Amino acid sequence: MSEKTLTSEAAVKRLKKRRGKEWRFRMWGRASIAFALAALAWLLFSIVGTGYTAFQQNFMRLDFQLTESVLAPDGTRDPEKLRGANYRRIVQTTMYEQFPEVTDRKDRQELFALVSASGSTNYLRQMVYKNPDLVGKTVTVTVPTSDQVDQLLKGYIKRDTDESRRKVSNQQIAWADTLKERGVIKKKFNRILFMNPDSRDPELAGIASAVVGSVMILVVAFVLAFPIGVGSAIYLDEFAPKNKFTDFIEININNLAAVPSIVFGLLGLAVFLNFMGMPRSLPIVGGMVLALRIFPTITIATRSAMQGVSPSIVDGALSLGASHTQAVFQQKLPLAAPGILTGSIIGMAQALGETAPLLMIGMVAFVTEIPNSITEPATALPVQIFLWSDSAERAWAERTSAAIIVLLVVLITMNGFAIWLRNRLEQRR
Amino acid sequence: MTMKTLILGAASAAFLVACGSGDTAVVKDTATKTVKETPAKATGGDIRVVGSSTVYPFSTKVAQEFKNKSGFNVVVESTGSGGGHKLFCSGADKSTADITNSSRRQKKSEYDNCVKNGVQGVVEVKIGFDGIVVANAIDAPVMDMSLKDIYLAFAKEVPTSDTDCTMKANPNLKWSDINPKLSDEKIEAYGPPPTSGTRDAFVEIAMEGGAKQVPCLAELRSKDSKAFANNAHTLREDGKWIDGGENDNALVQTLVNTPTAIGIFGYSFLEENTDKIKGATIDGTPPEFDQIASGDYPVARSLYFYLKKDHVGKTPGLQEFALEFTSDAAAGPGGYLEEIGLVPLPDAERAKTRAVVENLTTYSQ
Repeated sequence: MSEKTLTSEAAVKRLKKRRGKEWRFRMWGRASIAFALAALAWLLFSIVGTGYTAFQQNFMRLDFQLTESVLAPDGTRDPEKLRGANYRRIVQTTMYEQFPEVTDRKDRQELFALVSASGSTNYLRQMVYKNPDLVGKTVTVTVPTSDQVDQLLKGYIKRDTDESRRKVSNQQIAWADTLKERGVIKKKFNRILFMNPDSRDPELAGIASAVVGSVMILVVAFVLAFPIGVGSAIYLDEFAPKNKFTDFIEININNLAAVPSIVFGLLGLAVFLNFMGMPRSLPIVGGMVLALRIFPTITIATRSAMQGVSPSIVDGALSLGASHTQAVFQQKLPLAAPGILTGSIIGMAQALGETAPLLMIGMVAFVTEIPNSITEPATALPVQIFLWSDSAERAWAERTSAAIIVLLVVLITMNGFAIWLRNRLEQRR
Repeated sequence: MTMKTLILGAASAAFLVACGSGDTAVVKDTATKTVKETPAKATGGDIRVVGSSTVYPFSTKVAQEFKNKSGFNVVVESTGSGGGHKLFCSGADKSTADITNSSRRQKKSEYDNCVKNGVQGVVEVKIGFDGIVVANAIDAPVMDMSLKDIYLAFAKEVPTSDTDCTMKANPNLKWSDINPKLSDEKIEAYGPPPTSGTRDAFVEIAMEGGAKQVPCLAELRSKDSKAFANNAHTLREDGKWIDGGENDNALVQTLVNTPTAIGIFGYSFLEENTDKIKGATIDGTPPEFDQIASGDYPVARSLYFYLKKDHVGKTPGLQEFALEFTSDAAAGPGGYLEEIGLVPLPDAERAKTRAVVENLTTYSQ
């Protein structure tokens, strides 16, 4: 019987060997998945672990007396003149009032360092600039604490380190604690991180300009790359004659998708900036460069999606008398749409993460303003992360991680949208 | 109908993108209100600044304050000193950079390039000092070295002895090989890469200064300055000197993890990380603010920016920006640049600098 042959010693050995092989393969597979998951978990854990604290920040609620003799000694109400006035003095006075017993000059300097100097003076400056009638009145304003105090209260600056080794003195720690007890310092949601453009001071820095810049770049890249990418795929697949030349083009497009992205930056520098003479740091140029970067991805995705459509559908259309163009555009393309859109969105997500090409065209820049159009200088989110990670102050570490979290959330949303769209379109079929 | 699905899909993809801009439009409203009302803004482009990554933090700080005080938009790019001079000197028309930052003086070749490309009237402005520190982890032993020790530790070839300048490949493996007073650890240093101005300055000030302390090399210098420079400027390539990245935060982390290693970077990074690293005393002087300001600390350099005189008047706010940069509130003692690590110029020199900006005095090489 066959059972006999199966249970022969050699067969049992073979079977064992085969099963062992299969088992080992499964284990390898599981191990590699576990490794990938562990790497992802570690990445998320370290980024979220350092970044989540940046979504909250310590603020001070203070009464500022906008003394006329300091701001407008000549009694002027001209906004332009008031803009250049000495607001530092106002903030200093307010801070000194918190602890009237402190009179020593050096101590007072330390006391002033508790509040964000740039943040408070500029906030008052803009208030008065917009409404000059405020001069002479007292305003209650919430301003950020200095990054040092913020880091101290968040526990990043350790209290038990030797005083000479930390940036905050024992005296400042005592003051900060007292102000916290008095309710002057309060931890709140960090609106600044989302609403402000970039700043040199960590407590005032935000990602708004970078997000707007990234969105502009993506819109330009999409508008350029989507029609070109899809169009060239349709033409190459359906209408182009099959010869050596089209083969050559096809190979080139496939290669283009694998070219390191910095090369596109160099290309953009040579063509758009040096040859066409466009200015540096503009979202429109960034978008054009990234369109070059993602159009091969879109072309390849489109082609594979179209090749996945059953030929019988086109044949059916043709046999019913449709022209080739009709068959392609009315039958084949709609069926390939989910794949095309998924590919495009993944291409866009790729573009969102690019830094290297933007470096070459001057988008690694500090821009003081949120751009209003694609022809105003801007920067992009990954570039902002890169710049922040290189800054000296301790407080940048958590803000860098927070910006990475935002970038990851946007990327996950985009990929999730791609999947949702594909499922939805496939159901409709 | 099916075609519509595709269009619908594309439209919704575009909508996703638009979603983002929809959110941020609100932001724009509130944030630009303060800024857009300046009349001058409408008439001209932004102020364009390029150049040194060392000056970048100071330049951006001034840009931010200046923007708040005047409404002029400033775009600051960090391209490195060399890259900055290249862009700055590439032409005179309005689209080129108005200002380049530099962590060293403009070289003769760069100045000539400016002249060749029609950049007439370059104003040289010195803004302050920066120290270059040799640091190690806070728990590691204190380093007390001379410039000569630094030279002997990092030169590719060193003289056989103080009097015999026959060069040989650097044999020093441990610090104690150079100077018995130094630690018994092996030499391992992380320094800035060749593209960095900090590296140029380190080589020109520390290495050259160290070589000068070797008597026979000092003699060579007076006879054949080229051969001397060649000896002094070449760093060893046997793995004792390791090119770090431009990211100094990563460098600080490396030092914490490797207590036997030393790192080389700008003073501002030491100042921000005094709980993690400490600076080595060089020629008996610790890398402290007062010592750098007084010029006692031997490895200090001047920081500059260069401005196109022709652009004043064409780029609105340009001279005002330079004035803000050199004002006492910014670059003076107690100014906001000092708070982030710039070492101010002495009073007399600051007044001179100020006059240069006020009169737009051009310089030549």
